[in-house]
Amino acid sequence: MTQHYLLRNRDVQDIDQFDVYEANGGYAAMKQAFETFKPEELVAMVKKSGLRGRGGAGFPTGMKWGFLPKDGRSRYLVVNSDEAEPGTFKDRELIEENPHQLIEGIIISSYATEASEAYIYCRGEFRRGAEQLKRAVKEAYDHGYLGTNILGTGFSLELKVYRGAGAYICGEESALLESLEGKRGNPRLKPPFPAVAGLYGGPTVVNNVETICNLPPLVTYGAEWYTSMGTDKSPGLKIMSVSGRVKRPGNYEIPLGTPLRTLIEEYAGGLLPGHTVKAVIPGGSSVPLLMPDQLDTPLDYESIVKAGSMLGSGGCIVLDEQVCIVGATARLVKFYREESCGKCTPCREGTYWMTDVLDRVEMGKGEPRDLEVLADVADNIAGKCFCPLGDASLGVLVSALKHFRHEFEAHVAEHTCPMGARLYDTVNH
Amino acid sequence: MKPEWQEWASQAKAEFPQANSALMPLMHRIQLVEGWLSDETIQDIADLMGVTVQYVESVASFYSLFHREPVGKRVIHVCVGLSCALAGSDELMHNLEKRLHIKEGQTTADGAYTLLEAECLAACDKAPMTQIDLRFVGPIRPEDVDTLLNKEVPS
Ligand SMILES: Cc1cc2nc3c(=O)[nH]c(=O)nc-3n(C[C@H](O)[C@H](O)[C@H](O)COP(=O)(O)O)c2cc1C
Ligand code: SF4
Ligand code: FES
Repeated sequence: MTQHYLLRNRDVQDIDQFDVYEANGGYAAMKQAFETFKPEELVAMVKKSGLRGRGGAGFPTGMKWGFLPKDGRSRYLVVNSDEAEPGTFKDRELIEENPHQLIEGIIISSYATEASEAYIYCRGEFRRGAEQLKRAVKEAYDHGYLGTNILGTGFSLELKVYRGAGAYICGEESALLESLEGKRGNPRLKPPFPAVAGLYGGPTVVNNVETICNLPPLVTYGAEWYTSMGTDKSPGLKIMSVSGRVKRPGNYEIPLGTPLRTLIEEYAGGLLPGHTVKAVIPGGSSVPLLMPDQLDTPLDYESIVKAGSMLGSGGCIVLDEQVCIVGATARLVKFYREESCGKCTPCREGTYWMTDVLDRVEMGKGEPRDLEVLADVADNIAGKCFCPLGDASLGVLVSALKHFRHEFEAHVAEHTCPMGARLYDTVNH
Repeated sequence: MKPEWQEWASQAKAEFPQANSALMPLMHRIQLVEGWLSDETIQDIADLMGVTVQYVESVASFYSLFHREPVGKRVIHVCVGLSCALAGSDELMHNLEKRLHIKEGQTTADGAYTLLEAECLAACDKAPMTQIDLRFVGPIRPEDVDTLLNKEVPS
């Protein structure tokens, strides 16, 4: 298969070790950035490359960096490594298997944004990830790539690894900043956005791990290299995490615009023998389903929106004809119930209520009006929550009710799961 | 309060521009040795951080990985996210409950294991995934309960 850029750990053994990383060209991009770019030239280069945030929203990275007010206050770069969106597992590979690549990206990004302090907010469950990062950060300090006056450039950067403690909502950038300040992870009111008032009230850039890992290859190969891949509005490379009922689940680095069918059939080896696609969740648990007749949708931000879904975090979950849609939906809505921070009522109560109803329907104890209840509760969550988590709980549910209404109705009419799902009373209670 | 906690608190505070950021790192460090955060420990942490007990309690209760009840020697998390569910996580959980004679959320009478469910652990390509003491162990097929229970993980 093709050469990897972000997933070079697949090609180079032990690249998580400092010496191996450096022997394979590591930290050369950092030096090149110091020597050939002024900070504002780097920001311009990133703008030109069209790189968009890989944390879910796809916001143009160069533009985000450009929002930092030029008021002389010291700036922070915060790297979001809280990856917890069901179906997404790319950032974990990046930090566990190639931590120096992320650190090099952080140094370049901090230099570009003139940040003197950077933090990696690492999901609490990623114990090895945090250990790998801490070790690699220490090695970078030992070699003079972090700390005061890096390589005599006059540029200084302190980098710290901070561990979360089990809360999906801390992936939302303002909740993340609360958590980093030692508080409960409740989202903040926006505006002000982090660029203006972020960590400790200072100007702050929050970027996803994968976004930042693009920086070393971007400096090495240039903006034109990036725009030579993907589409006009979605240039470059994206890591897609494929799981569910496929032969070869895993992370795949693809040029944006690659058809969903190619990702599933060629990269992930197709479905398990004898099975067919029932529906695909293309971008993590928060996005609407795509149907089998939409498999030719190109995986870029615009095309997926046109098809009625979102690229999101790139977590692609493939469902085959054996999967019970009611059960799958119940499981995902339950996730949002567990992870709702509780700050606002529609999300806190609505996700609870929807999970209850979905469980009841899945167990064959639903009533005809339950489907109306679901639609009604969903309608009372949509657009009425304090942060995007509430709406995220609806992506799969609303599209499932639209495309698979008959399956919900069959559960109610037959008083059982017509798919014959084996149900255990262990989960959900 | 253990004598070294004072030192840990100062170290954590020195790492951040604002001392409050040291709270969670300190809680992590103490829980790693104590296993959980008792009322007494919460009180100690509040004293070390110069904040109220209620404040520490409110932070601890927000995050699922801070334990406010005693846990077993090994804490098992079974991922019950969608991709793991498609691969049999619920049956795995069911088998573990039967084997350990406890329900999810409980600790065995001999204090050997605590059994908890986890949301997606970002390892869906190796479903069903589990963790022992936050070390990834998987995939574990539903019938391979003993493989999981006997697995050695670095502390
Ligand atoms: C509920 C919720 C969870 C999120 N989780 C993550 C996450 O785990 N990782 C991440 O990078 N972004 C996550 N985001 C998006 C962040 O808020 C933010 O947009 C992102 O980190 C910005 O980085 P980017 O521009 O590089 O994508 C989440 C957003 C929401 C609303
Ligand atoms: S939408 Fe949900 S997660 Fe977001 S603030 Fe409201 S309760 Fe919290
Ligand atoms: S669903 Fe279990 S690791 Fe993602």
